[in-house]
Amino acid sequence: MTEHTVKAFDNDINALRALIAEMGGLTEEAIDNAMRALATHDIPLARKVVEGDKRIDELDAQIEKLVVQTIALRAPLADDLREIIAVLKISNVVERMADYAKNIAKRVETIRSTSTVEPLSLLPSMAQITREMVKGALDAFVARDPVKALQIIERDRAVDDFYNAIFRTMITFMMENPKVISESAHIMFIAKNLERIGDHATNIAEMVHYIVTGEKPPEREKLTSVE
Amino acid sequence: MSDTATPLSQMSEPTISAPKMSAPKMSARGVNVFYGEKQAINDVSIDVDVDSVTAFIGPSGCGKSTFLRTLNRMNDTVASARVEGEITLDGENIYSSGMDVVQLRARVGMVFQKPNPFPKSIYENVAYGPRIHGLANSKADMDAVVERSLRQAGLWDEVKDRLQESGTALSGGQQQRLCIGRAIAVDPEVILMDEPCSALDPIATAKIEELIHDLRGRYAIVIVTHNMQQAARVSQKTAFFHLGTLVEYGATSDIFTNPRQERTKDYITGRYG
Repeated sequence: MTEHTVKAFDNDINALRALIAEMGGLTEEAIDNAMRALATHDIPLARKVVEGDKRIDELDAQIEKLVVQTIALRAPLADDLREIIAVLKISNVVERMADYAKNIAKRVETIRSTSTVEPLSLLPSMAQITREMVKGALDAFVARDPVKALQIIERDRAVDDFYNAIFRTMITFMMENPKVISESAHIMFIAKNLERIGDHATNIAEMVHYIVTGEKPPEREKLTSVE
Repeated sequence: MSDTATPLSQMSEPTISAPKMSAPKMSARGVNVFYGEKQAINDVSIDVDVDSVTAFIGPSGCGKSTFLRTLNRMNDTVASARVEGEITLDGENIYSSGMDVVQLRARVGMVFQKPNPFPKSIYENVAYGPRIHGLANSKADMDAVVERSLRQAGLWDEVKDRLQESGTALSGGQQQRLCIGRAIAVDPEVILMDEPCSALDPIATAKIEELIHDLRGRYAIVIVTHNMQQAARVSQKTAFFHLGTLVEYGATSDIFTNPRQERTKDYITGRYG
């Protein structure tokens, strides 16, 4: 695509893209580390995730400030305008995903021992799909690829299925193993957090579609959930 | 417009109608304009609707002002200019031999970039047109016409106590509103504006934009502007011209948020490549 005649405008947009890239990378890492900390009961790693959330919050604030400034100074139109609005929304969404990762990490410390909760084994597979969706959505954003974005939206169904399966399994498990209800409850919340991260990745993908085409993607069929 | 001799002052205030899907006020089909051998406008077809403001945007030399001038035959004053195609006002071809050009220019008024009040009093500036067209029978009628025109142009309160002062003594913004009042005084149906705010400061510009908003209920307005933010602010329809061609025409909100043509997008986002 041709550059703007006023180069400073391109510089502003590139600065925003760089900030989103940094924020996205840190968030992917946070999700990764939180799940690893959970699997190996690695408390120091969990604490690192919690600490690292501060930087992600800072980036969100920086992005918001730069977006407002760019709108005021450049009066962006058409695809520039859509991109800048989408960047603002994506930043907010990525910050939420990082909060969920932090929330998962916090629970690592409170779960005395996860080995007694069998359904835990479902989580890594769910986390794997979720991680791929986050990476895929951010990649689609960088590449401005609406086709890739639509694929991400499709995958959310798998994450929802996982969540529903874990939910049903945990209810049964809790009834049969009331002594580990506390750990079980944490597992449920962690699964819920992963499901929400998947939803947010879908939001990013929808935003990518909007930036490129000017329209939201067609409504996907919402599956009824167990809740 | 009435063919009877009813003076303007006795006509009832025109009602501001709700937007309706009526026939366009003016219609251009397959218009080509030549200056000698050089073609300035290439096969342009476009409608101008009542109750709305249409903005013509495009880079310098794209033909937007030339095309604007075809709408009230101002190009007739340029010796080398030749206009082909059809342009209608209420369905009547304005280039037909039977068309009264003077009357046409009263019905399709024009306001220019540089305010050009006559070197006469404020009152006479506004009264001149109605007097020539025989639109007021008495002094009282004319007073009413002048007052009504200046009120509609948003200038009455500022000048009502000094109507005998020269029009050229007003500020730039006031002069431009005087010129708009002058155009309104002959009860036009369409008002053409060629970069009406280019010579004005932001406050005067804002007042004119507010005036345009008030006027659009009564008149079809076409505005040529270099300023894309202005086109975005005041118009409901926008037409993008490039190298004498009409590249894209649509709802202003669509043109500025999601234009269909690459050239339109490049122009409005500042990618002149």
